[in-house]
Amino acid sequence: MSINPNHPQAPPLAQIPVIRLESAAKVYRTGDVEVHAVRHVDLEVQRGEFVAVMGASGSGKSTLMNIVGCLDKPTGGRYLLDGVNVADLSRRHLARLRNHKLGFVFQSFNLLARTTALENVELPMFYSKPLISLRTQRRRAKEALERVGLGDRLGHRPSQLSGGQQQRIAIARAIVNQPELLLADEPTGNLDTRTSIEIMGFFQELNDAGITIVMVTHELDIASYCKRIVVMRDGEVISDTINPDRRLAATERATLDHAEKQAKLA
Amino acid sequence: MLLFQALILRPLLTAMIALRALRRNKLRSTLTALGIIIGVASVVAMVAVGNGAQARIESQVSALGQNLLMVFAGNRRSGGVNSGGGSASVLTLADAAALAREIPDVAAASPEVTTTVQAIANGRNWSTTVAGESEDYLKIRDWKLAGGSMFTEREIRGSAKVAVIGSKTAHELFGPLNPIGQTVRLKNIPFVIIGLLASKGAGMGGQDQDDRIIVPFTTAMKRLTGEKYIRLISLQVVSADRMAAAQQQIVSLLRQRHRIPPEHGDDFSILNQKEIADTVGSISGIITMMLGSIAGMSLVVGGIGIMNIMLVSVTERTREIGIRVAIGAQGSDILLQFLIESITLSLLGGLLGVLLGVGISKGISLFADFTPVVSTGSVLLAFGVSFAIGVFFGFYPARKAAALDPIDALRYE
Ligand SMILES: Nc1ncnc2c1ncn2[C@@H]1O[C@H](COP(=O)(O)OP(=O)(O)OP(=O)(O)O)[C@@H](O)[C@H]1O
Ligand SMILES: [Mg+2]
Repeated sequence: MSINPNHPQAPPLAQIPVIRLESAAKVYRTGDVEVHAVRHVDLEVQRGEFVAVMGASGSGKSTLMNIVGCLDKPTGGRYLLDGVNVADLSRRHLARLRNHKLGFVFQSFNLLARTTALENVELPMFYSKPLISLRTQRRRAKEALERVGLGDRLGHRPSQLSGGQQQRIAIARAIVNQPELLLADEPTGNLDTRTSIEIMGFFQELNDAGITIVMVTHELDIASYCKRIVVMRDGEVISDTINPDRRLAATERATLDHAEKQAKLA
Repeated sequence: MLLFQALILRPLLTAMIALRALRRNKLRSTLTALGIIIGVASVVAMVAVGNGAQARIESQVSALGQNLLMVFAGNRRSGGVNSGGGSASVLTLADAAALAREIPDVAAASPEVTTTVQAIANGRNWSTTVAGESEDYLKIRDWKLAGGSMFTEREIRGSAKVAVIGSKTAHELFGPLNPIGQTVRLKNIPFVIIGLLASKGAGMGGQDQDDRIIVPFTTAMKRLTGEKYIRLISLQVVSADRMAAAQQQIVSLLRQRHRIPPEHGDDFSILNQKEIADTVGSISGIITMMLGSIAGMSLVVGGIGIMNIMLVSVTERTREIGIRVAIGAQGSDILLQFLIESITLSLLGGLLGVLLGVGISKGISLFADFTPVVSTGSVLLAFGVSFAIGVFFGFYPARKAAALDPIDALRYE
């Protein structure tokens, strides 16, 4: 799967986009009806980018994320992950990619019910190869949960947690295995402003550390923390721009703290 | 450390996931396991009953005596039809003496005559069997004395009026009194009781071997039966591996003595204890196997129950499978998880089944006149089979789970 960088024709690794979609399309057939959820999307994401995908409901964002996340395959076009056509990879290989290289935050969380927050977060490491010792698994899962502000909810089950807390477990699970590419489908959809900013701050830190991030969001507010904004409509990318005035979560939080203090004093 | 984790810990953790899934549906798991429980329990109990019955029959056969041959007058094999040209099929004392004298493999011989008499003693009256035997009889039949002594060769030659009494007969006539030294009247002839037989229980035919009186055959023939012929000759062969050879020599000697032409069949028949034991052993072995395999069928039915529930379980947990696969579980991980689940279910059923089977065997021993023998072999077999059932019937559902597509599984409602 990895490309030999010494090969004469191979471009240097840095130039190979992490994500490269070549007129990728996804058509759902339900009986006689054809739904073109994604239509020839061309998109390249380089290493270290932080992309927001925006668009109206039903515009195909989740469908696109599923393809990028190697959960689904395009019905047309090609998807190259790190220069490798995903269509050529075996189930086994794809599973390994999902486990090691990708972190995925689902729009609907997809946590295991009747399983504690801690165990949910440990799950990706349980399936890791090479193996991760149980103690390391526990430690890293704890750290990830603390990182998303759930250090006091380790033993709770999803049904005992709020929507926002479940969402944060999903985030912790996505980053616990130190992915190179983090895909998040509306990771702040259930969060209040303050927690959203905290999560975006966390994402910005991860991004600064070199992790490529693609996230779906409805809110321009949230998108403004990203470096690049892609807008979709009816399965097509209609705009793809660099975010000129990117907000930094650290600054925003300070402002927020200040505002709150003022409000309390008043 | 990590190797330990790969080989032991991970399957163990997977087993724990499986156990948790089973615990979540306690009633359903129990009902599913019930098929295996009943199957294993009936295999264990049936085989135990078979073994117990076999052991009992075998002990009865060996209680006949050691390396015993019994020569009966008349040919039993030809269904009682007299094959000799009108000559009476009889055995004589001379035959018995000749067998003991001329065949070196014969260690001891006892001619036997029997009759039923009223025994009177101690003011009581009891109808019993009187057998006339030689002094070697107890040795041949491997029969011990509880007290007193056996009559001697001298007493046989002298047709002494002495008797050795069975424990049941003694009890009927004397109650708790010591019968030795007492007199018992048989056909109004007084016999002095010199020995008391140890209890031997029911014989092969179910008759009570303890209800009898043994007297010298000479005395019995002269005083009690008045016959010149004897019913059978009990012989002890020197060793088990000489049984066949001894039997052959006996046949040729008796044919010669009875002047039977070659084209005619024997006018006597020989019961070989070893043959009886072998036949009984193989018959009861077959019965045990039949009982066991009938019970085995219920194991298969139990296995199908497991498969059914596992299929339901896979369908129910499609989303869970989708999540696991989406975050990187391999098909083999999912396969293993569900396989372990079905194996756990069947092994648990196997364990409870063994316990139940042992319980049933114990229960049977309370009111049957033999003790079922739970063999380690049948327990191990039952375990092995329930493991195999878990693998076999769990494989298809597990493979189905492992083959699920992540996105389809995640969308499953
Ligand atoms: N499994 C499916 N079968 C048929 N049609 C589907 C399926 N999944 C999605 N679609 C359709 O594809 C289109 C795009 O769906 P998608 O979930 O990608 O939208 P989205 O942009 O993520 O919307 P939202 O913001 O509400 O999450 C929709 O019109 C939807 O009805
Ligand atoms: Mg969506």
